[in-house]
Amino acid sequence: MQPAQLSAQSFASYPPQARALAIRNLSLIQQLPLVFAALLLREMGAYDSRFPAERRTIDDQFLFLQSLSPATRDQLLHGFSTLSLPPDLASLDWISRPQPFIDGLTAHLWATHQHDAFRAAAEQYGEAWHQAKPEPAPSMPRLGIVVLGKDVRAADWPLFRKLRPHGVYFPQVDPAGGWQAIRDAVAARAAKNAGAFEHWYIDGDMTEPIAGADLASVGYGDLKPVRAAILRRMQTVIGSGKGGPEALRTLMAETTPADLGLPAGDKDDVLSRFKISVLAEGSGTQIFSTTFVQWTAREALRRAQPCTLLLRYAPRQRQLPMNELLSGVTDHNQPDPEGSLIDADMGAFYTWINQQRLTGAGQSAFLVWSEEHNQAVAIGPTLPKATAAANSITMKQLLAQVT
Amino acid sequence: MKLPDPSSLSRAAAAIAWNRRDFLRNAVGLGASGALLGFSPLRAAALPLKHKAVVVTFGGGARDEETFAPEGQENIPNLLRTLFPQSTLYTQVVNHGILGHYVATASLATGVYETFDNFAAVAPRDPTVFEYFRKDLHRPADDTWVVAPSNGFNRIGESDNRRYGEGMGAGVILPKNLLKAAMPTRGLGNYDHLLRDNYEDPFYTPALAGNEVELQQLDNILKLSVDDFTQHALTLSSPDELSVYIARQLMRRLAPSLLWITLHDIDIAHSGTYSLYVDGIRRSDRLCAEIWKTIQAEPEYAGRTTMFILPDFGRDSDMDAGGNGFQHHRTGDALSRTTWMMVLGPGVRPGVVIDRPVDSLDLVPTLGSLLRFSTPLAQGKPLTEVL
Repeated sequence: MQPAQLSAQSFASYPPQARALAIRNLSLIQQLPLVFAALLLREMGAYDSRFPAERRTIDDQFLFLQSLSPATRDQLLHGFSTLSLPPDLASLDWISRPQPFIDGLTAHLWATHQHDAFRAAAEQYGEAWHQAKPEPAPSMPRLGIVVLGKDVRAADWPLFRKLRPHGVYFPQVDPAGGWQAIRDAVAARAAKNAGAFEHWYIDGDMTEPIAGADLASVGYGDLKPVRAAILRRMQTVIGSGKGGPEALRTLMAETTPADLGLPAGDKDDVLSRFKISVLAEGSGTQIFSTTFVQWTAREALRRAQPCTLLLRYAPRQRQLPMNELLSGVTDHNQPDPEGSLIDADMGAFYTWINQQRLTGAGQSAFLVWSEEHNQAVAIGPTLPKATAAANSITMKQLLAQVT
Repeated sequence: MKLPDPSSLSRAAAAIAWNRRDFLRNAVGLGASGALLGFSPLRAAALPLKHKAVVVTFGGGARDEETFAPEGQENIPNLLRTLFPQSTLYTQVVNHGILGHYVATASLATGVYETFDNFAAVAPRDPTVFEYFRKDLHRPADDTWVVAPSNGFNRIGESDNRRYGEGMGAGVILPKNLLKAAMPTRGLGNYDHLLRDNYEDPFYTPALAGNEVELQQLDNILKLSVDDFTQHALTLSSPDELSVYIARQLMRRLAPSLLWITLHDIDIAHSGTYSLYVDGIRRSDRLCAEIWKTIQAEPEYAGRTTMFILPDFGRDSDMDAGGNGFQHHRTGDALSRTTWMMVLGPGVRPGVVIDRPVDSLDLVPTLGSLLRFSTPLAQGKPLTEVL
C-alpha cells in the first residue's frame, strides 16, 4: 500500500490517542514518501505508551511538516522519495505492523548500498526540523550521577580517564554516608520539580527505596523473572529453526507487558514497555548487569530526556573462559569485580556523552563516584576542566559543588 | 537548505588514516617513510613459485582508541612492537559494503561487495579467492583452507558461481563444530552459548550445511585423535585460541598455500562489555604474533609466506548518536567503515606506512598478483606497494 491509499480505517488497530493523531494528520501522511511515512507511523503507533518527551517530539514533527508548503516538504523529503524499494517490501502491512517493514527496509538499504543515502536524508530532515522546532530547555538543569557501587573494584585500573579532562578529579572522597547523601539529593530534586519521568533511578542490582521521591525506577535484579521470560520467548524463535534476528526483533516488538507479567495501565504501562524494549532490543542487557545499566540510561536519556538520572553499577556475572566452560566446574553466577569496574567506567563516560546531547547541556552537571576506590569526577558549568582536588571531600560537599 | 556532503566519508577516513600514522610514528619511532619513495613495485615477480599466503581477519573490528591511539597501545603490544616494524601498514582501508561479519568477510574473499543476508547460511554469489587460486593454478583441494570460529561461515569456502563453485573452493574448518562433535557427552547446557557464534544476536545460530569438515576428518586431515583434541581444547581460553590451534595443525600436516583464518573473539563487544572487548583485542594481538611465529618456525612457510592481517571493518564512534560507541557497527560512519591492513613477508618493505585510501576489495587481486593467479570477476585493484 502507498501512503496516498491510506484512510481513517487504516488506523483501526491503533490505540485511541495514536488513532486520533493519525486521523487528524491523515491528509499530510498521504503525501509523505513511503519510507518516511512508515518510520513516522512506527513512532506514532505506540504514541499512547510513549514518554511525554517522545509524544512532544511526535507532535512537533507533525506541526513542523504541516507548516511547510507542499513544495518545500517534497524538497526536504526528496532523499526518502528517491530510495528504491522492492515491490514486496511496499506490499507489507507497514501501517499495522511496521516492524517487519523496518527490518526489511534496513536489510535492503544495506544490501543495495543505499544506507548512506538514507542516513543523509535523515540528517537533512532532522536538522531542518530541529531548526524550526528546537527542543525546549529542561525544567531544571540536568544532573547525572553514576555510582560504581560495592564490590565493583580493580587493583590497577586508572579510573575515569575519559571523564577527567572535562571536570574536577577528586582522589579522596570520604565514603561515609555517600550513598544516602546521593539518594537524598535525588529525592530533593524530585520533590522540588515533580513531573512524570523527569527523575530516574537505574540499578544494576535490586533498586533501593528512595524516600518520598517520585522516580522512574528500573533494576536489573528486580527484572529477573522478566529477563527469564524474554529469554524463553527468544528461544522459541530459535528452536523453531525459522527466522533470524529480524523475526526475533519483530517478536520482541510485539511483546506486551501482560505477556511478561509486568504491570500495565497508564503510567505503569509506559514504564513496563520501556523495560521490555531495554531487554528485548538491547544487546547483552539480558545477560550482563553493567550493559543493562548503561543501555537503560542511554535509552532513558534519549527517549524520556529526564532532569535527574541516578545510576548505580553492581558486579556483573563473569564471562567464563572456554576451558572452564568445557570442564563444567564453575558456574555463571560468579561476579567479575574488575571487569565490572572497567565496564562501568566506560558506561559512565557514555552516560555523560548522552546527557550532553540533550538541551541545556551547558548548564548540565555530572558526577561519577567509585564507592570502593573513593574517587570521583565532577563536571559542571562552574567547575574547572582537567583539574584535580587536593583535599578530601564528603559526598555532601561534592554534591553541593556540582549542583 | 544544506545538502549532504558526499565527500565527508572520504575526508573522515583520511583523517583517521593520518591519525594512525601519527600514532605509529610516536609509538614506534619509525620514520614512516613515504609509500612510493624509492619503491620498487612488483616484487612478486621475483618470488619463488612455492610462495604462500596466510590471511588473518578480525570479525569484529577494533577502534583506534583501543589500538593505535596512545591510550590503546597497551592493548596491542605485539602488533605495534613486533609485527609493525616488519610490515607495510595500510592505514586507510575502507569497506563500502554491508557491515555484517559474514557478508563482509565473504566480500573480502570474493573481491566483490556481496549483498546476501548476513545471517543466512548461503554461499557467496561471486567466486572466492580460493576458487580462483585452485582453478588457475590447478591446485588440489587440500592446498587452501579456511578456519573460522563462527558456524555461520561454513559456506565461505566456495561460491554459487557456475564457472567455479562446488568442488573448486577451500575446505572450511569450524573448530567449534569440531568441539561440539568431539565433546557430545559434556552436556551442551554447560557451553552451548560458546558454540553459538553470533554475539550481535547471541541467541541465533544458522543451521549448518555445506562444506564443513566432519568429525572423522579430525583424524584424516588434522591427524588428531578425539582425545588429543579434547584435552587440548580444555587448556584454551577462547574459540580464537582453538582456531589458531587448528590452523597450526593444518600448517604442519598439509601446509596449504593459501590459508585464511578469521578471529572472532573481539565481537563480544556486541554484549556491551567494554572489558571483554578489550580482552578480545589483547588476545587477537597475541594470536597474530603467534601465527607469525608459527610461519617463521615451519619449514614449509618460513621465508616464503606473506601474511595479511586486517579487521573486516571498524566499530562505531563514541560521538555518533545513532550508535552506542564500541558496542556495534551499525551507523555506517567513517570509523565503522575505515580500518587498516598489515602485510608482512618476503619482499614487503618493513615499517612503511601507506596513507592512500584503499578498498577492502583490493585484497583478492593482491593475493592473485602475489601468488600468480587471475581474479577476473574481483572488483578491487592489486596493492602494488606489497607486490
